[in-house]
Amino acid sequence: MANLTIRNLKKVFEGIEIIKGIDLDIKDHEFVVFVGPSGCGKSTLLRLIAGLEEVTSGHIHLDDKEITDMAPAKRDLAMVFQTYALYPHMSVKKNMSFALDLAGVAKSEVESKVSEAARILELDHLLERKPKALSGGQRQRVAIGRAIVRQPKIFLFDEPLSNLDAALRVQMRLELARLHQELNATMIYVTHDQVEAMTLADKVVVLNGGNIEQVGSPLELYRHPVNQFVAGFIGTPKMAFLNAQVKASDAASVTVALDSGPVYTLPLDGRTVKVGDVVTFGVRPEHIQVADAGVSEFSVKLDVTEHLGADTYCYVKAPNGETLTVRASGDYMGRYGQEVSLVPELAHCHLFDAEGRAIPKPGAPAQAA
Amino acid sequence: MSITSLQAGVNTASDMATGSAGPKLQKRRRSRVGLAMVSPSVLALLVWMAVPLAMTIYFSLIRYNLLYPGDNEFVGLENFYYFLTDEGFVAGAFNTLWLVLSVLAISVVAGVLIAVLVDTPFFGRGIVRVMLISPFFIMPTVSALVWKNLLLHPVSGVLAAVWRFFGATPIDWFTDYPLQAIILIVSWQWIPFAVLILMTAMQSLDQEQKDAARLDGAGPIAIFWHITLPHLARPIAVVIMIETIFLLSIFAEIFTTTGGGPGYETTNLAFLIYSQALLQFDVGMASAGGLIAVVIANIAAFMLVRMIGKNLTDKA
Repeated sequence: MANLTIRNLKKVFEGIEIIKGIDLDIKDHEFVVFVGPSGCGKSTLLRLIAGLEEVTSGHIHLDDKEITDMAPAKRDLAMVFQTYALYPHMSVKKNMSFALDLAGVAKSEVESKVSEAARILELDHLLERKPKALSGGQRQRVAIGRAIVRQPKIFLFDEPLSNLDAALRVQMRLELARLHQELNATMIYVTHDQVEAMTLADKVVVLNGGNIEQVGSPLELYRHPVNQFVAGFIGTPKMAFLNAQVKASDAASVTVALDSGPVYTLPLDGRTVKVGDVVTFGVRPEHIQVADAGVSEFSVKLDVTEHLGADTYCYVKAPNGETLTVRASGDYMGRYGQEVSLVPELAHCHLFDAEGRAIPKPGAPAQAA
Repeated sequence: MSITSLQAGVNTASDMATGSAGPKLQKRRRSRVGLAMVSPSVLALLVWMAVPLAMTIYFSLIRYNLLYPGDNEFVGLENFYYFLTDEGFVAGAFNTLWLVLSVLAISVVAGVLIAVLVDTPFFGRGIVRVMLISPFFIMPTVSALVWKNLLLHPVSGVLAAVWRFFGATPIDWFTDYPLQAIILIVSWQWIPFAVLILMTAMQSLDQEQKDAARLDGAGPIAIFWHITLPHLARPIAVVIMIETIFLLSIFAEIFTTTGGGPGYETTNLAFLIYSQALLQFDVGMASAGGLIAVVIANIAAFMLVRMIGKNLTDKA
């Protein structure tokens, strides 16, 4: 069992509030990813859970045990660090057995636990090597092995893949996902890379400025972002935001006029906005089609196009100077400066009010930020 | 480095101009020019080193006493024989060894402890660090005099006052514990060096390693033994190597405090050679002693490099 409960957690560092009162529940066997821009407090939150930083106020419970002020080693957590933090003068084997040796575990038991971890991570043939003789990916695996042998209730990962090159990162990402299945463990993972967050997580926690913006499954965040920040943070390339004004609204639809010309009616619950309100119209690149000039009322000018093979990203400029990104098919050929028109899929478009809150879909329960 | 890169740049430029036949010729010409350029400094260093060595060897083989001028006949290895059998030699060699080892032990142990201590942040750490290092900047003669007259003096010294405050009889350090007193003074001078090197090394200790050890259940003492000390192994080796070189030739502290006495109790090899040459005016014997000291220092250096040097060249 490993249920982590965080209640009203705050961390003040030199008079600056880094974590501004966080409430979070992490359930057994969940893979939870903390994601957010740098400086959002995600690493600090992880270090607070690990006990490496002192909590200013609030409570952390692991199952029914309060661990808020407990020493890090007693919390039954293991952490994998961004720089791996292997002990350079110890062999791989000694690195992995260090915690058990310190705890005075019997030699034979240490031996079996280490070889079991080495088997899972395919480190068997490297046990006698020193960390300096290992590649980046192998070091990463040793760091994970060091966590595994302790059989912790929760694994903590602090940006574990950011020191690896791109190809290795994809491979290690898959290995981590596999490991999560194999160990059936509870894992908390910090990253600034939203691709890692989307691919690994059961539950993503989007942090910004020391607050939780939204908690949910990757698809939930993608489909129903509660505010403009989450909408912009999740998804690549970014969602485009265009200024608009409400023309009409009722419980099932909102009609807005974009500053760049076109008027759209979206299937949203418009009871929270009134006519004349300034709103932001958000649309993802994959939810717009490019058409020849004059096909729709939304005419724009092509800027740069990027051909990625399967897809083509077109950067376009609206008449009022707003820019947006559009995903077209791989064989789309557009010239720089060409006039085209855009057709957004209105069912997948979002509206955000002046405070950045999303206007909900009809029938959806109002979500708290 | 900038010169080499510049040279390489010039070289490629001229290679392009002369075509494929160029490089070999260029290389030969360059090595000849290079040789001509470095030869003055090589010659100067050679003269600088070889002439004094040759003169010392020559002096060590003749009878050369300033009190009996004009009588410089060749005596073979007689000077070496007399120096080695001099009653001061065994005492001097032993004192040198004892002095070096004690100061090394004291300065390394104290240096590690102080470096670890000042690594934790506290109010006024900057000033404390500067003060910790400052004894290193005081001239050996000055610090020896300060210790002799202000601290260890049996009548007017600070320590004597402390002893009297507690009702004890002040110790006459330079009479009763002369070598220990000198070890104390020299250690005081060299601890700052160890602190300086080790303090800098502490800053490169990965904080995440310590965090990882904390999560692994290591307390402060376990972290010190398993993380900090192994991290400091290499800088400690550097401290030992450099200090050994300087401690073998300690002179000013002995000269200003005890003058090698009482008896031969504080005479080390450097002081013994000095007393041969300038107190007994026997240049021949002093030269022989100098050569013996060079041999001993080389043996020590060789052993040190064997023991520690491997550890230094080994990349982390």
